[in-house]
Amino acid sequence: MRLTSGTKAGAVLAATALLAAGCSGSPDDGSEPTGPVELTFWTWAGLGEVVDIWNAENPDIQVVVNEQDGGDPAVTKLLTAIEAGSGAPDIMQAEYQKIPQLVSNDAVADISGLLSEETPGHFADGVWNAVTLGSDAVYAVPQDSGPMQFYYRADIFEKYDLEVPTTWEEYAEVARELHEKDPDKYLGTFSANDAGWFVGLTQQAGASWYGIEGESWSVNIDSPEVRQVAEYWGGLVEEGVIDNKPMYTPEWNQGLNDGTQVGWLSAIWAPGVLNSNAPDTAGKWEMAPMPQWDESAEATGTWGGSATAVTTQSEHPEQAARFIEWLNTDPVAVQALVDVSSLYPADVAGSEDALAEPPEFFSNQEDFYEIAAQTAQTTQPFTYGPNINVAYSAYNDEFAKATEARSADAFVAAVEAMQQITVDDLVNSGFDVAE
Amino acid sequence: MPEPITQDTPRRRATDARRPASAHALAPPSGTRARHGGATRRGRHIAPWAFLSPAIVLFTLFLAAPIGYSVYLSFRTEKVSGLGLGSGSRQEVWNGVANYVSAVADTEFLASVGRIGLYGLIVVPVMLGSALLFALLLDARRTRARRFGRITIFLPYAVPAVISSLLWGFLYLPAVSPFYWVFDRLGWSVPSLFGPNLVIFAVANIAIWGGIGFNMVVLYTALKSVPSELYEAAELDGASQIGIAWRIKIPIVLPAIIMTFVFSMIATLQVFAEPTTLRPLSNAISTTWTPLMKVYRDAFTRGDLYSAAATSVVIAVATFVLSFGFLRLVQSRAFGQEER
Repeated sequence: MRLTSGTKAGAVLAATALLAAGCSGSPDDGSEPTGPVELTFWTWAGLGEVVDIWNAENPDIQVVVNEQDGGDPAVTKLLTAIEAGSGAPDIMQAEYQKIPQLVSNDAVADISGLLSEETPGHFADGVWNAVTLGSDAVYAVPQDSGPMQFYYRADIFEKYDLEVPTTWEEYAEVARELHEKDPDKYLGTFSANDAGWFVGLTQQAGASWYGIEGESWSVNIDSPEVRQVAEYWGGLVEEGVIDNKPMYTPEWNQGLNDGTQVGWLSAIWAPGVLNSNAPDTAGKWEMAPMPQWDESAEATGTWGGSATAVTTQSEHPEQAARFIEWLNTDPVAVQALVDVSSLYPADVAGSEDALAEPPEFFSNQEDFYEIAAQTAQTTQPFTYGPNINVAYSAYNDEFAKATEARSADAFVAAVEAMQQITVDDLVNSGFDVAE
Repeated sequence: MPEPITQDTPRRRATDARRPASAHALAPPSGTRARHGGATRRGRHIAPWAFLSPAIVLFTLFLAAPIGYSVYLSFRTEKVSGLGLGSGSRQEVWNGVANYVSAVADTEFLASVGRIGLYGLIVVPVMLGSALLFALLLDARRTRARRFGRITIFLPYAVPAVISSLLWGFLYLPAVSPFYWVFDRLGWSVPSLFGPNLVIFAVANIAIWGGIGFNMVVLYTALKSVPSELYEAAELDGASQIGIAWRIKIPIVLPAIIMTFVFSMIATLQVFAEPTTLRPLSNAISTTWTPLMKVYRDAFTRGDLYSAAATSVVIAVATFVLSFGFLRLVQSRAFGQEER
C-alpha cells in the first residue's frame, strides 16, 4: 500500500513538473536546426506504416525505422551503444519492465520538459507511473499495454461440457475435468520461459516485486502473494493436469493447432499470436476475464506492452519528443496503431473508436474489446526494479528446475531462490536495499 | 628457421639485390636514402615489418586490445549509489581480484564446468573415433564413390551450428518429431531427449553430427600424404587392410589425431551456440548450462561486464593450460621423430 501512495505522490510531482515545463517549453524558440532532421527509431512493433504517416506530414522531421529483433536484444544493443558513447538511435521502443534498467544506465533521457501538459492525461495512472518511476521525471511515453485475460477454445469447452472458470478454484477443477476426459489435452501450461507472464499472474494476485522506500529499493518477490501463485501452479503441475512445457516452442504451436492446448492465460495481443501460430483455429477461440482469487475484487495483471523513449545520445530530443507524443496520443496515429500494428494503445480513451470492432481472429466475439476495456481497468499496480533482468533470468533457471521436478514445494523453493538472487545482485551492485 | 642465416650468405646477397625495390614500394620515406651505403641494410630491417604490419595491426586491434581490455575490466566493477536512477549514479571502481574469487567459487560456474567435462567425454571420443573410421574407410583401397562419400560426410560441417540446432530441436520435440511419430506407431515409449538426464546427449549429438566432417577431412588429408610404398611393403609382408590401418596408418597420422583432439577440446570448452539455441525448447537447459553461456548471461542479461570478463579470463587460461599441457604431455611420443 505504501506503493500506491508513492505512485500518487509521483504522479502529482510529475504533473507539477509538467505544468512548469509547459510554460517554458515552446517548440519555436529559435533553436530549430536548418534543414530536415533525421531521427532513427529502434522498434519491433511493426510501426513502419504508422511512421510513414508522420513522415508525409512532417518533411522537416523524418523518422527512419530500424527494425529490431525484440525487446531483449534491442536493449542489449542500446546499452552497448550507450557504453560506447555512440551508435544509439534517437528514439527507442522500451518495454515497461526495462525502463528502470535503462534509466539506471543513463540510456533514456528525461523528457518531462519537452512534452505537452495534456500528455499525462491520456494514460491511466498505473501506466504513467511506469514511465516516471514515481519521480518527477518522464522517461518515455506509453504506447501499448497488455492487460491479461483468459483465452480458450470455445468449441472444445462445448464438446466436453466445461464451464468457463471465473475463479482459480474453478480453473483447477476445469483443468482436472478436461484432462480426465481426454488425457492428451491440457487447459494450459506453466512456462518457465516467460517471466513476464508469471509477473502478470502475481500482479493479479496483488504482488509488486519491487518497491521504493525513501532512498532504497525493496524486493518483494518472496511475498505471500507470489508464494500463493507459485504453490497453486506447482500443485496443478504436480497433479499432472497442467502441462509443464515452455510456451513459444514448435511443440506448443502444434498444441494450439491440434487442440491439445485448450486454454491460454495471455494478454490483449493474444489474437495476433494465435493468428500467426494457429491460423486454422480462427473463430474457435473466445476470451474471458482472468479467473479470480477474490471474486468480489476483480483484478488482472499485465503481460507485455511498451513505451517510446528518447535516448540520451539523441541530438534532437525536442523533435524526437514531439514525434513520440504524436505517435502515442494523436487520434490518427492511435487509430493506425490499432489498425496497422494491431496494438492495444495505452491511450485507452483515445482509442475507443478504433477498438469498436473485434479483431478478425475473434470475429465470433462481439464484445471482445468491451471485456478488454473492463479488465484493463482492473489492472493492479506493479513496480519494476533496476535489476528485473536478473530476476527474470533467475525465474528462467529456477522455474525450469521446478517445472521439471513437477512439485509444488519446488515451485515455492524457486520463489525463495529468485528473491535471494535478486537481492544479492542489488546489494552487490551497491544499491541501497531495504530489508 | 635459424639455419639459412649462417649457411646461405650467397643467397642472401642475391635477395639483397631485389630488396631496395620492395623497400621503395612499401616504405617510401626510406626510399630516398636507399642509394647511400647502409641504406639497403635499413631497407632490410623495414621490409619484414612492412610485410607483417597488416597482420600485426589486425592482431593488435581485434585480438590483443580486446583481450587487454577484458583483463582490465575483470579487475573493475560498477558501484551504484542510492536508488541508482539518474545520470552519474553509477561509477566504475577497482575491485581487485574479487571478480575472480567469485567467478571461481560460483556454484553455477562449477556445475557448468562439470557439465562440459561430461559433454567432452561424450563428444570427443565419438566424434574423433567416427572421423578416423570414416577417413580410414575412404582411404581404403576398395572404397567406391569416394568423392560422394567425402562430400556427404563433410556437408554437416557446412551447416551453421544455430541452423543445425534448430533442425535437431524440431526432431527432438516429441510433438513435432517424425521419429517420435514412428515410435508412437510402433508402440514404443521413448523418453524425451529434452529431459534433464538425456539433454546432454541431445546437445552432444548435434556437435558430433557437425564436427565429424571437419575432422574426417583433416585425418583423410594426413592419410593421403603417407607414401604408398609403405602399404605395398606391408602387403608384401602379408598384412591385412585392418592390420595396415592399425599398425601403419594410425601411428603415422597420430600428429593429426592429436591436433584434432586439441581443437575438439577447445571447442568443448567453448560450446555455446547449440545449447543456447535449444534452451527455449527445454526446461533442462539453464542459462548457465555451459561456462560461456554463463559469461553471456552475466554480460548481456545481467549487464555485469566485469564478472563476465573475469570468468572469460579464467576460461581462456584454462583452455591455454589444458591445450599446451596436453601438447607437452604427448609431444615426446607423437612428435618425437621430428624433435630428434
